[in-house]
Amino acid sequence: MNPQDLLYWVRGTGLQIAAAIFVLGMSYRMLHLVLLGRKKSLAIPRGSEWAYGLRIMWQRSFVLPELSARGKFTVVAGYIFHLGFLITLFFLSQHIDMLRAILKFGWPALPRSVIDIAAILSIAAMIALLVHRIIDPVKRLLSDFQDYLTWALTFLPLLTGFMLLRSIGFGYTTLLTLHILSVELLLIAIPFTKLAHMFSTFVSRWYNGASAGFRGVKA
Amino acid sequence: MADHDSLEHRLAEQGISRRAFLKFCAAMASLMALPPGSAVAIAAALAKAKRPSVIWLSFQECTGCTESLTRSHSPTLESLIFDMISLDYHHTLQAASGFAAEKSRDDAMQAYYGKYLLLVDGSIPTKDGGVYSTIAGRSNLDLLHEAAKGAAAIVAVGTCAAFGGIPMAKPNPTGAVAVSDLIKDKPIINISGCPPIPAVITGVLAHYLTFGELPALDELGRPKAFYGETIHDHCYRRPFYDQGKFAKTFDDEGARNGWCLYELGCKGPTTHNACATTKWNGGAGFPIEAGHGCLGCSEPNFWDAGSFYAPLPAPSADVTTIAEVAAVTGAAAAVALSALDRAKKKRAQQAHEKLTVKDL
Repeated sequence: MNPQDLLYWVRGTGLQIAAAIFVLGMSYRMLHLVLLGRKKSLAIPRGSEWAYGLRIMWQRSFVLPELSARGKFTVVAGYIFHLGFLITLFFLSQHIDMLRAILKFGWPALPRSVIDIAAILSIAAMIALLVHRIIDPVKRLLSDFQDYLTWALTFLPLLTGFMLLRSIGFGYTTLLTLHILSVELLLIAIPFTKLAHMFSTFVSRWYNGASAGFRGVKA
Repeated sequence: MADHDSLEHRLAEQGISRRAFLKFCAAMASLMALPPGSAVAIAAALAKAKRPSVIWLSFQECTGCTESLTRSHSPTLESLIFDMISLDYHHTLQAASGFAAEKSRDDAMQAYYGKYLLLVDGSIPTKDGGVYSTIAGRSNLDLLHEAAKGAAAIVAVGTCAAFGGIPMAKPNPTGAVAVSDLIKDKPIINISGCPPIPAVITGVLAHYLTFGELPALDELGRPKAFYGETIHDHCYRRPFYDQGKFAKTFDDEGARNGWCLYELGCKGPTTHNACATTKWNGGAGFPIEAGHGCLGCSEPNFWDAGSFYAPLPAPSADVTTIAEVAAVTGAAAAVALSALDRAKKKRAQQAHEKLTVKDL
């Protein structure tokens, strides 16, 4: 298989396999989570489940002051990584080209300089978080193989993507192939690892909010 | 006494001065990224070079490669250099026809056995014994094997000969293959492109005449000097790519401003060729300068690598349908398994017997 064939394969069959596993896995996992259900509470509700659930889904996107006092570094670096990652993922023109081909609609891209800053900050935050995870005794103790695996699977697309955009290290064909391959590995891994939090985090936030709302207490 | 068969002498005969000849050698040296001093070495070697016998076989092709070489812009030093080889057999260019033509090939193959250069353009059909393309009643397959035996080296001119090209595109009805798929025991140099750049063909020949060996090749057998970098690497629109400025249609403001054609399907970033530097039609320009993206014609399977107008990041196969089917299947599996869970729970509740004092 020559480099062009390999690129064609990762853009086609490889992407089909990865997308099928990702979408099937996540749709199964999320719906199964929702359908688990709870026993119907016979108590008189003291507030709205839905309204408070949705509110918490939104509100938990911001750090609680009492949490930010502890582990300020983790919170700040975590935010930088997530924001940088999402900005790069959804607002780089090449990514919009790809998503438009799949979703049949698109949106305007952000200027390249903004993407560059977002990507660099995101990469730096990930490296800092890994170093902290290794240096900090508590974090190290809490970490298992999956934590390092998911870190690597998330880091590779960012790194290869940045190298591709800035023509660093290898030729375009090689880097594009590596970048798409790394994304496919990430997509395949998401439903089977804690990376599934990209969706489940909103389900659990809603659940926490709804359960507090039902009882009329602060979540 | 001057060697009347030498290149320098023949050039002088055609009114080409030594100065012009040296300029050509310097251009060739820089084109092939050789050190500056090597221009003199090229000149010395070429001046003395005897005309090597060249046999040019045309198989499943469109003659575009020959057109590219001969009709580039005349008269050029490139085309004169081409005159300087002894082209003993070439369908399109030779005067002889029929038996006489075939005889000249046989004669050259015998007289220069082990020494002649074999140039091939076009792919070779292999299905059904190679009956889909024949010359003088003999299959291309047969002719290639025969001619390859006594060749010093083989030059596959054009993407069809180098990688199979358009005849090999799906569904490949004739079972077409590239030269390198059939010949394994001879040095093969691939000069890909549809067609290849004339200066690249003459450059490789000049290199062979100068050094007596083939130039350094990449992993696909192409001379690194010409195929070492991509169109994108040297594209004059590259600054717009780096700034993220793209033409969205062939007639929008971006297109008029000469912005990058990446989103319109340009394959420049993954295409290795020298178009952006050597250019076409006597340096007039290359496709991107004419406002059209690169098709990637010097790469294998370019015809089957998705639409010419789909941007590089776009999937090369239908992902949308697969994702839709996967979403529905996943949801159905979740509903079915949840129903099973609930049924199991219900059965367990029904089967549950309350503990009484008596049991204790």
